[in-house]
Amino acid sequence: MQNTDVEQPLADMATALQHHLSEHQIKSPIMIGIHTGGAWVAKRLHQMMGIEEPLGTLDISFYRDDFTRIGMHPEVKPSKINTTVEDRHVILVDDVLHTGRTIRAALNEIFDYGRPASVILAVLVERSGRELPIEANVVGINMPLADGQHVKLEGPEQLHLVVQEDA
Amino acid sequence: MNNKNIQLNKEGRLRHFLDIEGIKRQLLVEILDAAESFSSVEAQRVKKVPLLRGKTIVNLFFEPSTRTRNTFELAAKRLSADTLNVNISASATSKGESLLDMLHNLEAMHCDMFVVRHAQSGAAHFIAQHVAPHISVINAGDGSHAHPTQAMLDMFTIRRHKQAFADLKVAIVGDILHSRVARSQIHALTTLGVTEVRVIGPKTLIPDISTALGVHVYHDMWEGLREVDVVIMLRLQKERMTGALLPSEHEYYKLYGLTPEKLAVAKEDAIVMHPGPINRGVEISSEVADGPQSVILEQVSNGIAVRMAVMSILMGQSFSSDGEAGP
Repeated sequence: MQNTDVEQPLADMATALQHHLSEHQIKSPIMIGIHTGGAWVAKRLHQMMGIEEPLGTLDISFYRDDFTRIGMHPEVKPSKINTTVEDRHVILVDDVLHTGRTIRAALNEIFDYGRPASVILAVLVERSGRELPIEANVVGINMPLADGQHVKLEGPEQLHLVVQEDA
Repeated sequence: MNNKNIQLNKEGRLRHFLDIEGIKRQLLVEILDAAESFSSVEAQRVKKVPLLRGKTIVNLFFEPSTRTRNTFELAAKRLSADTLNVNISASATSKGESLLDMLHNLEAMHCDMFVVRHAQSGAAHFIAQHVAPHISVINAGDGSHAHPTQAMLDMFTIRRHKQAFADLKVAIVGDILHSRVARSQIHALTTLGVTEVRVIGPKTLIPDISTALGVHVYHDMWEGLREVDVVIMLRLQKERMTGALLPSEHEYYKLYGLTPEKLAVAKEDAIVMHPGPINRGVEISSEVADGPQSVILEQVSNGIAVRMAVMSILMGQSFSSDGEAGP
């Protein structure tokens, strides 16, 4: 088991996002974090970047593609997007980009709230194992992991990453 | 009705939703939590989630209902399921087809869930016992037995206004004897930890077993409403009454109709609930029904979220119950 601190990667992400926004001349974006780890990361970035619009959170349980295999997630949380996403630039935040299926589900859900002007994807960890053509615009840590390895963000206080091997 | 566990699968998860009795607190809380999440779907521009896409849900209503059938249908549609409303009076049963033949025909049409309303107690249990194993059944009211989704939407409404169940005093007023709603509410309230459930009504409309269910019986409404947090009014079910159980509607209103004066003896922040349809001037005055303490219309909205939750939990379970990875 390996334990990684995330303070520096978070700071790097905030800088990269600011850079991306000014480069694309995006003013007043809205930020949406994916439950649960993504929302923790988003909360930190939202603070660091001083984004005015309230932070939104998404629970993608109702948009998952594996409902017919595993059924309802017992601890599904409400999605809270308090501003309209119509014609807005959205920064979508997650903790780990792995297969890409979570992001696919999140994009579908966001579009049910309205038609955003653009969506930028920011992830704390980008790892191997993509099953869909999805990539992140901003990445905190690049982590090449083997199939049997998993990375998990622990929080909400003192965020840190834990890498585990399949037993 | 003997086998209560028909509702649960081997892992103790909900397979059918027929009765609150016999379901543990944790499962009820799970329904309430899921409903809380589904209520955020209303905020979407597209008020729909793709969860039950490709599933077919049949509304089998053997007894008339507007609100319950409409909210079940809307709940199914907001989950992206296809819905079929079988109009029983016009269907083949009037041509002599048996109930089981009708069910088997619907199974042959690859339906996935039956929502059943029937005038006979135990009808939904009977159907659940005879359907194919991948089909889930929801009881949308059977005789004077149970109406579990109504009870859960009431619990959801109470939780939204009052948070903790443990310290609440809840009064259920009216025709307890004929009320499947009251029976399910009493089981739900007790399971969720409400310590003081009161039933208020004339002797002829309160069944003898009430005290056995652990509730306090009052025949005087002024006494029964004192200091309660929640007042649940029941509809006077004239269609179920045989014999002289009641003096007259006028007399009933005088004794058990909820008026602002009677409501004043409850707690100041007490909420007023009613499963509908309301008989204005029979069990409740318009002033109270439309007043600031009334949450009657909220109950209707909450009914959709709660029914979405129950449908999703059941359908999610039906895939995994036999360890199968979906159809």
